[in-house]
Amino acid sequence: MSSPAPLLRAERLTLRYPEKTAFEDVSLDVPAGSITAVVGPSGCGKSSLLACFNRLTDLIPGARVTGSVRLAGEELTNGSVDVTALRRRVGMIFQKPVPFPLSIRRNNEFPLREHGLRERAELEAVLERTLRDVGLWDEVKDRLSAPAMSLSGGELQRLSIARALALEPEVLLMDEPCSALDPLSSGVVEDLILSLRTRYTLVVVTHNLAQARRIADRVAVLWVQNGAGRLIEHGTVAEVFESPRDPLTAAYVSGLRG
Amino acid sequence: MASDSARAADRIATVAMWSVALLVTAVFLWLLGDIAWHGLGRISWEVLFTAPRNAGREGGLAPILVSTFLILLVCMLASLPLGVATAVLLAEFAGEGRFARLVRRSLDVLAGVPSIVFGLFGNAFFSKTLGLGFSILSGGLTLACMVLPILIRATEEGLRSAPREYRLGAAALGISRTSALVHLLLPAAVPGLMVGFVLGLGRAIAETAALIFTSGYVDRMPASLLDSGRALTVHIYDLSMNVPGGDRSAHGAALVLIVLLLAVNSSAWTIARRWQGRSLLHA
Repeated sequence: MSSPAPLLRAERLTLRYPEKTAFEDVSLDVPAGSITAVVGPSGCGKSSLLACFNRLTDLIPGARVTGSVRLAGEELTNGSVDVTALRRRVGMIFQKPVPFPLSIRRNNEFPLREHGLRERAELEAVLERTLRDVGLWDEVKDRLSAPAMSLSGGELQRLSIARALALEPEVLLMDEPCSALDPLSSGVVEDLILSLRTRYTLVVVTHNLAQARRIADRVAVLWVQNGAGRLIEHGTVAEVFESPRDPLTAAYVSGLRG
Repeated sequence: MASDSARAADRIATVAMWSVALLVTAVFLWLLGDIAWHGLGRISWEVLFTAPRNAGREGGLAPILVSTFLILLVCMLASLPLGVATAVLLAEFAGEGRFARLVRRSLDVLAGVPSIVFGLFGNAFFSKTLGLGFSILSGGLTLACMVLPILIRATEEGLRSAPREYRLGAAALGISRTSALVHLLLPAAVPGLMVGFVLGLGRAIAETAALIFTSGYVDRMPASLLDSGRALTVHIYDLSMNVPGGDRSAHGAALVLIVLLLAVNSSAWTIARRWQGRSLLHA
């Protein structure tokens, strides 16, 4: 069976900072409508890899990207890309939720207004739809004007996801979305990620192997070799966890290394 | 025995610290009391609404208060936009390069320059070169130069205190740098800006030396910003130095100045607090 063209494709991708190389020579295909988990020990360049997919690397002084990243065939690494439009298509969730010091409603509306949506009724509709998507609507519908900061950690992370979904991205990047949350909230967010799988393409960085196994369709393993992160294994969950090709992966997934 | 001497040392230290604190408070209260004692008799509602007579020995402060207010208005209208813009440049765009270092160094030096030097500069530049003469405009603009360093550094600190995550989070949502600045970072910097504003206004309201050469000491009601106008501080200086028998009036004017200063401070803080509470909800 020939698989369809991947939605996101990295080829020989390398990211260097002035003092060190974050990762080098990473080639990775992310098929549409799937969850790809990126795992590996800390410092192996997982988060840096995500930052290449929405050009957040532009904000890191001295970061230099070589190689290629394509979104639906369109090259992202060259200077002519409209970064604002790109980040609308490729959303990102951070480890620590980033609520803006605004009301719950305005947190959701701010990016939409920025992208030109002004109509009151439509903004309200998107607000309700996305908050329902993340299971937050019933909890906050009576206090949409309250400061977002008044929500708990797990609620804030779900608000961040709703805010990203409001822009209807094609790809959603998640950088350890559960690791700053308590176990209960973590479970809720994990279920949420699973529920998004069919409608979005997700790339989830996690250091939690069990979580990767529970939620992912495909797994990519990064490992530090010669002072730089490298992609040592990449395949379906079954391939990576049950018949890993690389002995390091085998040791890692069995809990002997990492 | 040892514990006895330790206890004695404790007691001495306690007494010493209380004395110092009391001394500082006492100096302030004495100053305030002295001015109030000598000045209160000279103060009435009438004073606020009438012009000075007999070189200020009699009559009121109306034109002087108006001039002071206009000078401060010019100063703040000129320094606020410039100050905020420079702070944004330094905090958001200039980075840590040589240019930013040069600007910051210049501002620090500028903040320490004695006000009499600003006065001479204002006289040479605004009054003579730009031909504004002895006027409220010259005085206000000279004060603006003096206040700028304070305003810029305080606003810059305010901008820097905004979490870095706001920038990343906003960028990741495709929000432009300008929008993030206007909607997230500047509101977060308002408390810092307010601190700078109050400090700056305080410095401006208390300034004498820079104004003598620029806004002058004509004590008539100003008809326009190009008229000379006597600030409250200049009035006090003139009464106590050049007008025999003007002491009582000087104390009265000083009392008004201090009340004004306290009013400016407390209202600025009230506004800042309101603003902060509001911005959390609606901004």
